[in-house]
Amino acid sequence: MVNHEVVNCEQVWREISNYIDGDVDATLHASMDEHFRTCKRCASVLAGTRNVVQLYGDERMLEVPAGFSRRLERRLAKNVVKGSGWSSWSAWLVPVAAVALFTGALALMDQFTFKHPAKSILAEPGHDIPPDMLVVVSDGSKVFHVAGCPFIHDKATERTITAKQAMQDGYVPCSRCLRQYLKTGLSEEPGGDDASAEAEEEQGEVLSTAGHLQKKPGAGLAARASIPDD
Amino acid sequence: MSEAKMALNNPGQAGGTREQDLILSVQRGQHELFYELVRPYERRVYAAALAILRNEQDAEDAVQEAMLKAFANIRQFRAEARFSTWLIQITVNEALMRRRRERTVPMEGIDGLRSGGGDEESDYAPRDFADWREIPSEALERKEVRQRLTEALATLDRKYREVFMLRDLEHLNIQETAEALGITVASVKTRLLRARLMLRDLLAAGWEQGWFSRLPFEKGTKPW
Repeated sequence: MVNHEVVNCEQVWREISNYIDGDVDATLHASMDEHFRTCKRCASVLAGTRNVVQLYGDERMLEVPAGFSRRLERRLAKNVVKGSGWSSWSAWLVPVAAVALFTGALALMDQFTFKHPAKSILAEPGHDIPPDMLVVVSDGSKVFHVAGCPFIHDKATERTITAKQAMQDGYVPCSRCLRQYLKTGLSEEPGGDDASAEAEEEQGEVLSTAGHLQKKPGAGLAARASIPDD
Repeated sequence: MSEAKMALNNPGQAGGTREQDLILSVQRGQHELFYELVRPYERRVYAAALAILRNEQDAEDAVQEAMLKAFANIRQFRAEARFSTWLIQITVNEALMRRRRERTVPMEGIDGLRSGGGDEESDYAPRDFADWREIPSEALERKEVRQRLTEALATLDRKYREVFMLRDLEHLNIQETAEALGITVASVKTRLLRARLMLRDLLAAGWEQGWFSRLPFEKGTKPW
């Protein structure tokens, strides 16, 4: 037998909804049962509230306007089935679009990233430099100079070779003393020497479009390091 | 014939399994079966939308949009939830969003105080203690009774009407009702209590007048 405490009408009304839902503990349930046996008013409230729950919970209370089902079916048929066609197309259209976008992005990158440095003074250094021109190189940098250039590093190790040999060895022309041969590149490079060198450094390599400079890892860094600041 | 079609034509198959088959079929691309999937719940989702928007046309539009959203997200539905609850929650969200967006929903005709609502925190005391007997379910066959019940529900303050509708018409549990409306479980319980008691008071007059218990004449019979 479950113990119960005496509850008053107000307490019963407060819990009557939970009681109907079976959401009160056993003790309170027993107390309310006892109260309903003795209190006609609360028994009436309980019966009425149960009627409300029962009546509104009946499926027949859920009425829809005339033609509702037909309109819903049509709308779904129009959008869902039609949409499913689009959806099945989209099943392969999406990857195709993604590939196209990726390809386009690569093309743009190629244009701006790989071709752009080709316009730099270092990428087209040797068009006008006579191959048999004597230039000076040193161990201090990978830049070759004309004799007497004040920007020669490590003068103690300088030696004279042909421009062709210098370029074959991975040297790049000094943007100061050989500026005249790089005029085209300079005029097309508003960023100036440093900007170009930075671009080269970002790429980590120097690209040669004319074959005068060989692609060489670290050459860009060397070129940058060798370009003196103004 | 597809598995889902076979399931539809097999009345002996358990409803839950049939529904699961339909869900899987739609998720796998048999989109034309989507209406079959939602048809059993169209009345319930309409009632949910109507309780929030209080306008038949708006409610119907909301249901259609909600069903399209349900279709668009059908792949995200997981079997651990009840499909009906999932549909109702999408519909409630759609209706609540429309109500916020359009602000054309009529204001409450009768506020909480007039319908006995008052402060949610205070206790609600029943007003009528007429002796209600059990109302025969046949009473609902009469349009007049359904109309009276609908009108009584419409007079409730919005916050009580929505909770009552989701809990007692849609049969969501307390937790699901709280989640659908974005309120606490405690608020759901408080509002539900008040809604039930208020409706009881509102309908008591009908009980006393006897329109719950008047049964329609059977076809072919005469009352005299």
